[in-house]
Amino acid sequence: MIPGPFEYHAPHTIDEATGLLVKLGTDAKILSGGQSLIPLMKLRLASPSHVVDINGIGGLAYVREEGGTLRIGGLTREADLEDSELVRTRYPLLLDTCKVIADPIVRNLATIGGNLAHGDSANDHPATMLALGAEVLARGSGGERTIPIGSFFTGPFTTALKPDEIVVEIRVPVPRPRSGGAYVKMERKVGDFATAAVAAQLTLDAGDACEAAGIGLTNVGPVPIKATRAEAALKGKRLEEAVIKQAAQFAAEAADPAADLRGSVEYKRDLVRVLAGRAIRKALERAGQGR
Amino acid sequence: MQVKVAINGEKLEADVEPRLLLVHLIREVFRLTGTHIGCDTTHCGACTVLLDGRPVKSCTVFAVQANGREIMTVEGLEQNGKLHPLQEGFVAEHGLQCGYCTPGMLMTSYAFLKKHPKPTEEEIRWGISGNLCRCTGYVNIVKAIQHAAATLQQGGA
Repeated sequence: MIPGPFEYHAPHTIDEATGLLVKLGTDAKILSGGQSLIPLMKLRLASPSHVVDINGIGGLAYVREEGGTLRIGGLTREADLEDSELVRTRYPLLLDTCKVIADPIVRNLATIGGNLAHGDSANDHPATMLALGAEVLARGSGGERTIPIGSFFTGPFTTALKPDEIVVEIRVPVPRPRSGGAYVKMERKVGDFATAAVAAQLTLDAGDACEAAGIGLTNVGPVPIKATRAEAALKGKRLEEAVIKQAAQFAAEAADPAADLRGSVEYKRDLVRVLAGRAIRKALERAGQGR
Repeated sequence: MQVKVAINGEKLEADVEPRLLLVHLIREVFRLTGTHIGCDTTHCGACTVLLDGRPVKSCTVFAVQANGREIMTVEGLEQNGKLHPLQEGFVAEHGLQCGYCTPGMLMTSYAFLKKHPKPTEEEIRWGISGNLCRCTGYVNIVKAIQHAAATLQQGGA
């Protein structure tokens, strides 16, 4: 399959890139890891006249903690996130997530910025970032701004990013002590999109009650879903089995799946219930271990 | 657009359309047909090559993105007429049936063994999970990689 013709641009700075995006307008697509864009172009579902390859821009691939925030550069490859000592030791939800994105070869190119900016509710980072309460730092011709993840996904394959904005950084609050998270994904095979997946992030207080909870759902709606009622059902309570079951039920009710080859609406909704229970239990176990 | 790459150490240059995929540059422009096109949809990994040392699916990279970079294909494994331990492993353990997935399997496992010189079976299976074998001959592919890991551990070239 051969993509349609396009003009290729390879800027070396963010300013150069945003300048091009302003000039080229909606005829241009940003090429990051390319692992979603290039397949779409080969299928001719996307035929941009201009491709702006941002891979030549230096300084956009990093993972570091700074001032109570985990900062991840937009061009950070999934494989590098997975190998990051910081992610491995302190961010179990993020580690779980990057280990199940596509397959190990795709993860060598795929970027976290692209995973979010693509705006696909079937991608894995969106639910995780909803659970973690992340922010997206975008830079465009008008300067920089942070977008809370809760208002980032505005529709199917649509985000709050303006056409000239590039995701330069993802910011995640450093979890407090006694926090833990887990991402549980059901996929038919490695590399498939999730039939459904659930991200859970919990913080326990000194008395073992749930102080904070974040629950995100993957591929069970037109946009990634934050299961707020499920979160509320956990907050302030000791997470006994009945509480977890109730929250998992609320997560299933928050899901708005469509029937497809991966399953019926009823199947997917019930799958969310089961996966939410598993994710919450695993997150709880990890929070109890300190991280 | 002019693209300059080093493939298996050899410097090569071509004038290409930006939409040309890397796998087509390798196979059709440079006539290195060891790299295969399987699914053409980023699933199967038959087209896996190393780009600056990392395995990528060359059907999902534009040739222009490889400009100025190093590529290694299956043709680069054999050195001075001697097969690489991985290739020997695939022969010894019958690690191929139809052989279509083999170039991709070899390139993925080449990079994998550099990173994981003493892998467990589970790690190997995880490492090749982006490469599909339509003959489902995974048992012997895993054995072939274990064979190569053992040879490389003993200092085999």
